[in-house]
Amino acid sequence: MSQETIGSGSSRTGLTRRASGYLNVHPKVRLALTLGIPLLWIGVIYLGSLGLLFVNGFWRVDVLTSRITHDWGLQNFHTLWTSKVYRTVTIRTAGLATAVAITDVLLAFPLAYYAARIARPKVRAAILVAVVLPLWSSYLVKSYAWVTMTSPNGLIDSLSRALGFPSLHIGTTQWAMWLAYAYLWLPFVVLPVYAALERIPESYLEASSDLGGRSWMTFRRVVWPMAIPGVVAGSIFAFSLTLGDYILPIILGNTKLIGNVIYDNVGVANNLPLAAAFALVPVAVIGVYLFLARRLGAFEAL
Amino acid sequence: MRYRGGAIAIRLASGFVLAFLYIPLAVVFLYAFNGSVAQGWPPKDFTTKWFSLAWSDPTMREALANSVKIGLAASFVAVVLGSLAAFAMHRFRFFGRETVSFALVLPIALPGIVTGMALRSAMSTTGVTFSIWTIMIGHATFCVVVVFNNVIARLRRTSGSIVEASMDLGADGWQTFRFVTLPSISTALVAGALLAFALSFDEIIVTNFLSGAETTLPKWIFNAIRLPHNRPVANAVALIVILLSVIPVYLAQRLANQGEVDRTPTVR
Repeated sequence: MSQETIGSGSSRTGLTRRASGYLNVHPKVRLALTLGIPLLWIGVIYLGSLGLLFVNGFWRVDVLTSRITHDWGLQNFHTLWTSKVYRTVTIRTAGLATAVAITDVLLAFPLAYYAARIARPKVRAAILVAVVLPLWSSYLVKSYAWVTMTSPNGLIDSLSRALGFPSLHIGTTQWAMWLAYAYLWLPFVVLPVYAALERIPESYLEASSDLGGRSWMTFRRVVWPMAIPGVVAGSIFAFSLTLGDYILPIILGNTKLIGNVIYDNVGVANNLPLAAAFALVPVAVIGVYLFLARRLGAFEAL
Repeated sequence: MRYRGGAIAIRLASGFVLAFLYIPLAVVFLYAFNGSVAQGWPPKDFTTKWFSLAWSDPTMREALANSVKIGLAASFVAVVLGSLAAFAMHRFRFFGRETVSFALVLPIALPGIVTGMALRSAMSTTGVTFSIWTIMIGHATFCVVVVFNNVIARLRRTSGSIVEASMDLGADGWQTFRFVTLPSISTALVAGALLAFALSFDEIIVTNFLSGAETTLPKWIFNAIRLPHNRPVANAVALIVILLSVIPVYLAQRLANQGEVDRTPTVR
């Protein structure tokens, strides 16, 4: 449904004018021109690559020549399914990603709510900058900051001792990874939640309180339903970013996630087909997640 | 005034979350000046020698140059593709529209390792040699959606009536685009480009799969922090990267605010 009126019928000529007029009456040509190039890039380069990833998962590496042979088969998936190690890694990764997504929503909500509904415009702008700024600072070094903070004589141990607790010794554990991931992806969750909360018309909240809704009732019946798309969008970021990471386990902690197994198979073990097959596991996991999110209408808020 | 008690609780929680966001950055800041290579808490003595050491390292300079090149090229591609897609998706309703928006989100919605593995499989299958351009292609692919999101959000907020007014007053499609649509989305374009650059500048997950011997700044830092004696230098480099980013983010925010003020109050 194009919104513009029919060509103005002016007698002025000129190439741009004629082209504009042509495009005005031929919206399909205009659609093809605007959407064609991005679609070609995403379609050929990205979806094509995903297709080749899928295909690679069915090939195997010749043991003698260590080159990829195009023998089709399910051997990689069989290995992944029957081996207890791979199953443990998958469950561990999905569990950690879920924990991180929930933690981030809990942390992001009050800040986003404060920025969107309570803060004065200047404070709001300052908070948004404060949230966006860490996105710009190197993700590696932020991860590394957690190595220093969780190390035996680091900040967290010092703090806990100063408060009279024993040393926590969380360095190299999954607790450290959970904290670090929650920290790393928090801005990605705050921003969509903020966007969703900002969109709630003030009149809805007034209507709710006029009709006798207390704070909690207004929150549960008005704010939360309208925030869900943002919350889901944000949790997709946190979940997916955790699921796809292999850097943090290398610098912090010594537990392997799906990403580490894939990365090792591309590099050290030189088994691209097995890596490709294992890379399809997070695709399946996130596919389910995205399907559910789309049914909740989350993509309008991304 | 509706939720006084709640407002105080939310204020406190917000302060806590902001502290959580900034304490690790402060730690990086502090350790960049740490006099000793061992990183105990608290740092005992302070020095600025890591900065001069970092700057005199030719591998660091090369990595920095590569990262800037890749970031600029990737965000340029992302701005072109992302804004074209946003115009099309905003203006037209067509068969498969939902699928297209889904495909655009996919490179960033799918875990980074999947995107990296997919592009790696494609390059290994088609026999492409790695270079900074293979890295750039990967980065551009997941940066498109960032620009797309920014532009389409702005298009949705911009009142359609100003476009209609322009056409009614006799402007053709190009003039309307040039003098009405473009000015109203320009800040969103800049914000999208800045975000795309930031995403590319910091990326390592996909980069590792798409590079051979080429280093980028994140790859350089990654190697440096795994060698304990290089960690202080890495902290110094990181601090510079953090400081350099303050200016563009500040500018982007100011640009976005101007857009807010100019916005017609009748937007939905």
